[in-house]
Amino acid sequence: MTSINPNSMTDDYNFAYLDEQTKRMIRRGLLKAIAIPGYQVPFASREMPMPYGWGTGGVQVTSACLTPDDTIKVIDQGADDTTNAVSIRQFFEKTALVNTTTDTEAASLIQTRHRIPEHDLSEGQILVYQVPIPEPLRFLEPRERETRKMHALSEYGLMHVKLYEDIAHHGHIATSYAYPVKVEERYVMDPSPIPKFDNPKMANCPALQLFGAGREQRLYAIPPYCNVVSLDFEDYPFTRLKADTICALCAANDSYLDEVIIDDSGTRMYVCSDTHYCEDRQSKGHTGTANSLDDPDNVDRPISNKGGDNAASV
Amino acid sequence: MQPLFEARGISKSYGSIIGCSDVNLTLYPGEVIGIVGESGSGKSTLLNCLSAQIIPDNGEVLFRSPSHGDVNILQLTEANQRYLARTEWAYVHQNPRDGLRMSVSAGGNIGERLMNIGNRHYGNIRDTAEDWMERVELNVGRIDHRPSTFSGGMQQRLQIARNLVTGPRLIFMDEPTGGLDVSVQARLLDLLRSLVQKLSLSVIIVTHDLAVVRMLADKMVVMQRGNVVETGLADQVLDDPQHPYTQLLVSSILRV
Ligand SMILES: Nc1ncnc2c1ncn2[C@@H]1O[C@H](COP(=O)(O)OP(=O)(O)OP(=O)(O)O)[C@@H](O)[C@H]1O
Ligand SMILES: [Mg+2]
Ligand SMILES: [Zn+2]
Repeated sequence: MTSINPNSMTDDYNFAYLDEQTKRMIRRGLLKAIAIPGYQVPFASREMPMPYGWGTGGVQVTSACLTPDDTIKVIDQGADDTTNAVSIRQFFEKTALVNTTTDTEAASLIQTRHRIPEHDLSEGQILVYQVPIPEPLRFLEPRERETRKMHALSEYGLMHVKLYEDIAHHGHIATSYAYPVKVEERYVMDPSPIPKFDNPKMANCPALQLFGAGREQRLYAIPPYCNVVSLDFEDYPFTRLKADTICALCAANDSYLDEVIIDDSGTRMYVCSDTHYCEDRQSKGHTGTANSLDDPDNVDRPISNKGGDNAASV
Repeated sequence: MQPLFEARGISKSYGSIIGCSDVNLTLYPGEVIGIVGESGSGKSTLLNCLSAQIIPDNGEVLFRSPSHGDVNILQLTEANQRYLARTEWAYVHQNPRDGLRMSVSAGGNIGERLMNIGNRHYGNIRDTAEDWMERVELNVGRIDHRPSTFSGGMQQRLQIARNLVTGPRLIFMDEPTGGLDVSVQARLLDLLRSLVQKLSLSVIIVTHDLAVVRMLADKMVVMQRGNVVETGLADQVLDDPQHPYTQLLVSSILRV
C-alpha cells in the first residue's frame, strides 16, 4: 500500500482504484466463476470508498476487468442519471480515465443495478451486476453450511418450495424480482434483483455476465451463450410479466416500464425504465401519448405477454 | 425373510464419554424395534449412528435399498446418504421444530420431499399433500397455514406426513411423543400404530416410555450406559425381563 499524497489525490490511485494484487485475486475468482457457470466463488472483498449497498461488489468486478481502452456505461434501475449510477461512473472516470457513455451499443463494459438493458448485448461486451444477496436458498435455509451442501449435491427442491408457497398464497408465482434460474442445468443462481421480465435475456446471451456481491464476498458468472432457465412448475410455467400498456414517451411495447408520478396531483404514467432505449426511440421519431396527444395514429397499441416464456428463451 | 436393515458393532464415544458401545441390531421388513433406557443411556446416539446422522467410531450399517441394492450406509458418498435419507428413509424428531420448516405452509412442508425428488407439477403436489393431511387426521382446510399456528400434536402429525409422503421403507423416530400431553400422546400413538399396520412400515423408535413399546414394538432393545443389556420380543421382555436393569425399568412403570 502506498501512502496518500495530499497534493495529488487522484494521481496516486492505481488504475481503476484497486491495486494490481487485488485485481489479480478478483480475476482469478472470476475465471473460476466463468469456468463453473452459476457457481458462487468466495473472494476477499475490499473496503471501497462507498458504502455497501452502493454496488461495492460490482465496482470491484468492474475495476478488475477494466482496461484503458474500455468505454463504460453505468445504470441503476435502467437509468444512467441516478445518483448511484452517476457517482460510480464518475468514480471510474477519475480513477481509470476511461471513456463513458450512455449508449448500450457503444459500451464495452456495463455495470448495472436491477436491470438488463433493452438493447441486445453483443459479443465482447461485459455486463457487471451489483448483487446484494447472492444465495438463492437463503430465505428458506439460513445455514450457510447447509446451502453450500445443497449446491454441491444439486439438492434444489427447496427452491420449488418457495415457488409452491407463492402459488399457495397468491394463486400464481408472485416472485417478480430476483427470480431464480438454473444455469447450464447445474447451479441454481440468484440473478440479483432484476425484474423477472429480464430473465430470458440472460439465456444464450452473447455478452459475458459477471456478478459481484461486496458485503457477501461472492462472485459468479454466466459465460456467453449459456443455457439459463427460470424455475417453474409444469402447470404454472414461467411468465415474463409486464405492465399491460406501452411507454408514454416512445410507445415501446416490448420494454420494461416503470410507473412514474409526473405532477403534484399524482398523475401517473408508464415509461421505459431503460432511459437510453427510450431516448433512442424518441430520437428516431417514436412518440407516445405523453408527447403526441394530437396525433393518435402515431401511438402503438399495447400487447400483453402471457404464456410460458421459458421455452422461447432457450 | 431377509433383513431390511442390519447394524454390526456400532460404537461411538464423545472423548472419554461412551455414547454407545458395540451394538448389534437386525430389523426385518414390517418390523418395529423399540430402543429403551434411562436418560443418557445412549439411545439417541445409537439412533443417530444407525441413520448416519453421526458417523460411529466403529461398526457398519447395512440396508437393503430398493434403488441402490444392498448398501453399506457408512461407505456411501454423502450425496447418496442424503438421497436415501430423503427418499427411502425418514427421521421423525422429538421436537417438531427440528423436523419442520416453521416458515413454510403445511402443504409446502409435505410437498418438499416430492419436489426434492423432482416432482414439478403443482397440482399433483398439492393433491398429495391434501391426501396426507387426511391420513394423519389434519384438517385439509389448514393446508396453507404455517405449522407455528398448529398445536404440538398437530405439528407432530404434520412432521409424520412430511416424512412419509415419499413412501420410505424405514422410519427412525426419537421420542416422537415426548413433549406431548398424555391424551395427545395416546392419539398420536393410535395414529402411528395404524400407519405402521396399513403401510407395513419398518420402524426403529427410541423412547423411555415402556407403554409406547408395548403398544407399537415387535422387538425391544434395552440400553444401559451405552450397552445393550437385553433384547427380545417386546411382550416377552416386558412380561418376563431377565436382566436386573430391565427388571428395574419394568417394575418402575408397574408401580406408576
Ligand atoms: N454431542 C455430545 N457430546 C458429548 N457427549 C454427548 C453428546 N451427545 C451425547 N453425549 C453423551 O453420551 C451419552 C449418551 O447420550 P444420548 O443423548 O445418546 O442418551 P439418550 O439415551 O438419548 O438420553 P435422553 O433420554 O436424555 O435423550 C450421555 O452421557 C451424553 O451426555
Ligand atoms: Mg435422546
Ligand atoms: Zn420509452
